[in-house]
Amino acid sequence: MDFTLNDEQRMFAETAQTLFADTCTPDHWRKQMETGDARDDARWQAIVETGFTLLLLPEEAGGLGLTELDFALIAERAGYVALPEPLAESAGVAAPMLAVLAPDHEALADPSTTIAIQHPSAPYVADADLAGAILLYKDGEAYVATPDQVALTRESSIDPFRRLFRIDWDPANVTSLGKADWDLAFDRAALFCAAQGLGLAQRAVDMAVAYAQERQQFGKAISTYQAVKHHLASAQVAIEFARPVVMAAAADVARQDVQSRARVSHAKLVALEAADKAARASIQVHGAMGYSWEVDVHLFLKRALALTQAWGTPAFHRSRIATRIFTQPIGPDQTFARENENA
Amino acid sequence: MDLTYTPEQQAFRAEVRAWLEAHVPSEPLEHFDATREGFEAHREWEKTLKSGDWGMVTWPKEYGGRGLDLIQWLIFEEEYYRAGAPGRVNQNGIFLLGPTLMEFGTHEQKARFLPKMASGEEIWAQAWSEPMAGSDLAGVRSTAVLDGDEYVLNGHKIWSSRAVFADWAFGLFRAPGSERHHGMSLIFFPLDAPGVTVNAIKKINGHVGFAEIFLEDVRVPAFNRLGDEGQGWHICMATAGFERGLMLRSPARYQVAAAKLAGLWQEYKDAVDPALEADVVRAHMNAEAYALNIYQTASRLMAGAKIGPEASTNKIFWSELDIHLTQTALSILGTKAELMHDAPDAYHATDWIDDYIFALAGPIYAGSNEIQRNIIAERMLGLPRK
Repeated sequence: MDFTLNDEQRMFAETAQTLFADTCTPDHWRKQMETGDARDDARWQAIVETGFTLLLLPEEAGGLGLTELDFALIAERAGYVALPEPLAESAGVAAPMLAVLAPDHEALADPSTTIAIQHPSAPYVADADLAGAILLYKDGEAYVATPDQVALTRESSIDPFRRLFRIDWDPANVTSLGKADWDLAFDRAALFCAAQGLGLAQRAVDMAVAYAQERQQFGKAISTYQAVKHHLASAQVAIEFARPVVMAAAADVARQDVQSRARVSHAKLVALEAADKAARASIQVHGAMGYSWEVDVHLFLKRALALTQAWGTPAFHRSRIATRIFTQPIGPDQTFARENENA
Repeated sequence: MDLTYTPEQQAFRAEVRAWLEAHVPSEPLEHFDATREGFEAHREWEKTLKSGDWGMVTWPKEYGGRGLDLIQWLIFEEEYYRAGAPGRVNQNGIFLLGPTLMEFGTHEQKARFLPKMASGEEIWAQAWSEPMAGSDLAGVRSTAVLDGDEYVLNGHKIWSSRAVFADWAFGLFRAPGSERHHGMSLIFFPLDAPGVTVNAIKKINGHVGFAEIFLEDVRVPAFNRLGDEGQGWHICMATAGFERGLMLRSPARYQVAAAKLAGLWQEYKDAVDPALEADVVRAHMNAEAYALNIYQTASRLMAGAKIGPEASTNKIFWSELDIHLTQTALSILGTKAELMHDAPDAYHATDWIDDYIFALAGPIYAGSNEIQRNIIAERMLGLPRK
């Protein structure tokens, strides 16, 4: 039993943090919003060169063969900068799925190519128009298409960096890949939403902490008022009790049993609740500034809002936890239990 | 990261489980805060525990422990709560003062106090708060004056849990004339020493769970001072870290309660508001999240880290989850919620109303949650004190 990250994981996470801090600053957001570009090419290039798009791919497919826990740490840092590019869906969910179903697919040949993925729980797909391949769900089977083989309808999102598309498609015009492990894809997607949620939450708190120390009212910094402190402390408590759940979910997601699914669901619920709580506390602490387009806090609120509903609604995830509670033994000796041990 | 127990850890769990199955009293003991009999029955249980060498498993062997690590401690606690074993009447000693003594005590002090703490021979109360020093603990006015090799203690302590029946107290005293955080010392005194008067205070559940203590020229050897003279505040803060951190409230306690709540829900769900299921699920999630957080903390401490201000997040989390959990049970019980356990129509499986009333103290003791939020804002987030 060891709940600590190893040195390599800590190093990877630090690398991601530095890369995103340098390439995804408020100036970058503003510029990208002005130009309307889907992607910051220099940033995406840096992400690709660092190997983040290859992280979860098996070594035989030219990947790094690392685990969901490693990727979750990257996704957390991506959340911290509200990363505009769909790194989590592409490299965390779609690419590893395609590598299993069609290891020779040309979209896997170039690590800078993004792969989009559509599922009933995530019908609006970010940057589907730019994807080298789109994975599609139908009746438990997977299909793969290029953007020109499907009908893309732009759906505008409240999140300025989510360039969403509805995808209408005909199985006759796309390539069937047969039965696919959609359960694993779904759990990975939900897990990486959760990991991003942690980053979103922490950034919202950090922005409010910085602002509260600058902003003066009644002759002193508002950070000295308990009403302000307590908002932020409550948000930090939510983060502290979401993070270990996300880490445990990441460590066990590959087990694909009732317990691991419930833990992923738990992680997604609490991490995005923390993100929502933190973003709203942050807006409140920023006051009218927080309600303005010019202050960046709204980006975190909006991303949290989107990720809360995508890849399983809160009600769906609660139901998976209920299934775990009511069909498996529970109690203090069951925290790390496995379904097969109870068979 | 490896979330599986080693074969040794599994064997340890089996050993704890077997011993508890053989020794845990079949009938629940009367509460230790209710009567002297209940208190003494719990002291007997502590002696039974010690006979199996389970008094305080993380302490070194020479001080009455087993020298086990924190993961083994968590496993022990999981089995302890799973077995429904009696509450630890000496929790102020073993969970708060014990770890503090381990960090700040001399070898002689450890040898004198720890083994008898682990065996329940000496049961401890905390004597910190005063009528004018609650959340603002640095407002303590009780004094300690060195006279030869003895301290003379004077003052008025209040809200001391377990002090009505306990044997010893660890108190916070100051040198006369000293101010605020300076000049304080942590000093032990027997509750039956000449000059000590203990008056019981009833809690809202009717138990004599805490007391006020008057000290008039109480003489104790200077040996009873923990750490250096004037180091009292620093030591108190370390103790508070243990209190709010992973010792005082084991996750297992809430995991057992959440499992009982799930059982209650199964029993009543056809007759009550279906929306309550979300709260039953939430209670389980909270208990699990607390457990995972504590496993993470234990792993970090074993890798050499120290408990820091994040202990304050624990205290907020467990106190709030406890209220939510027990309140959910009351919602399920509906009109039976208010019935005491001796009422003919009461729900007999668990005393949910008692648990709820107890939970309500959580946001107040061990440093109010308002103080915890200040600590988080100031020491974790770096916001200014004033």
